[in-house]
Amino acid sequence: MKPRPVGYTRPESVAEALVALATVDAEAKVLAGGQSLVPLMSMRLASPDVLVDINRLTELSYVRVADGQVCVGALARHTDVLTSKAAAAAQPLLGKALRFVAHPAIRNRGTTVGSIVHADPAGEMPAVLALLSGEVRVASAAGERSIPAGEFFLGPLESDVQPGELALEVRFPVRPAAAGTALAGTGFAEISRRRGDYAVCGVAVLAWLGTDGSVGGARAAYLSVGPAPVVVDLTDAVAGHGADAASFPAAARLARARLAPGADMHATVAYRRHLAGVLTERALAEAVADAREKAAA
Amino acid sequence: MSAAGDLPGAKPPGEELHEVRLTVNGEVRTVRVPARRLLSDCLRHDLGLTGTHVGCEHGVCGACTVLLDGAPVRSCLLLAVSAEGASITTVEGLAEPGSGLSPVQQAFRECHGLQCGFCTPGFLTTITAGLRENPDPDDGQAREMIGGNLCRCTGYQNILASVHRAAELMRAAAPAGPA
Repeated sequence: MKPRPVGYTRPESVAEALVALATVDAEAKVLAGGQSLVPLMSMRLASPDVLVDINRLTELSYVRVADGQVCVGALARHTDVLTSKAAAAAQPLLGKALRFVAHPAIRNRGTTVGSIVHADPAGEMPAVLALLSGEVRVASAAGERSIPAGEFFLGPLESDVQPGELALEVRFPVRPAAAGTALAGTGFAEISRRRGDYAVCGVAVLAWLGTDGSVGGARAAYLSVGPAPVVVDLTDAVAGHGADAASFPAAARLARARLAPGADMHATVAYRRHLAGVLTERALAEAVADAREKAAA
Repeated sequence: MSAAGDLPGAKPPGEELHEVRLTVNGEVRTVRVPARRLLSDCLRHDLGLTGTHVGCEHGVCGACTVLLDGAPVRSCLLLAVSAEGASITTVEGLAEPGSGLSPVQQAFRECHGLQCGFCTPGFLTTITAGLRENPDPDDGQAREMIGGNLCRCTGYQNILASVHRAAELMRAAAPAGPA
């Protein structure tokens, strides 16, 4: 339960960090909050040769709303995002999901960008990014690029961040493109065996209203049911059904049909699929109520 | 024991050591540790502060919780080297020197909030920070406050009572604020 010997460097700026990542000729890992990386190292499931500690890069500790995006820098802790009034006002789904991310003591240190780059299929924030079709801005000594959420998550604990690259920022759209110009609401639901533990199943839902006030469409992103966040378009099940709960069981059936969850010691395939349906109904109800509240305001 | 003048810290052969300056319970301490040294081990082994307990060592149990610049964190999920320059409060630093128990410690004693005591340092640090943020938690908030800490003895009810009692003690001790 102790990490193996590891090299360590602590750059003072993004430029220095990129130089460090470019010049290391061994397996380097970026250390931000370390709330996933350090236990993986202690269990020796991760054995990097060198850690590039970015905890001095305070230039990346921001949470701000700009250009229709909530921009979260690589050193912003979950708690910073959760307590940001601007972020909460612009994209309330962030707060709804972050409350399910572990416990306050973990959120005080863990970073939102880190949990997205870590790409744990049980992670809440990867699902949120996938649902909203956000993007990740990464940099290397060669330059910068933006990776859309749809191309970012490659598999369990595998993202598109390449060796030599540093994730600088994650951008969550305030008005996700899926909803167009319609009034949209969000919901989040999750079941875990203990509060703060990894989700057995979870879902984030975006629902939007049609011009007549009925539900215009919805999409959902699931965690813990596949190798990466799984996005399912629920529009066929819910569109034109008014804003009451009548269409929610159809959405749950659609989700169950589309998902192919795996089994583990905590849940069978059948139970996980059942949960996905139940949670779809709950999060959809929350999202539709949220959208209607905005419509009434 | 290290030779006179040496900084505390064991040196495995061939491993690079890093000088780390921490303010622990108000006192500036400097250690030389390898990068892989967990903060929990640094506190216990290098600094001799064995009040911080190590249970699961992967962030689940909360026994090793300390305050990092005032906020509760798992010391087993931090590398000591990464905490360079930080201010750390361990269970040893909760009570003012010479003033007996802190209100949270006093409440645990009064309410029988501990049995074997293994998890207690993590609860004490967590609740100390929690009550600073929310001095008057309702029952749900008190449960949420301690939700990240495991206790295998008490069944939590007495710990919950301790949270409320500590809040009471702190209110009683605080100078009357504006209405």
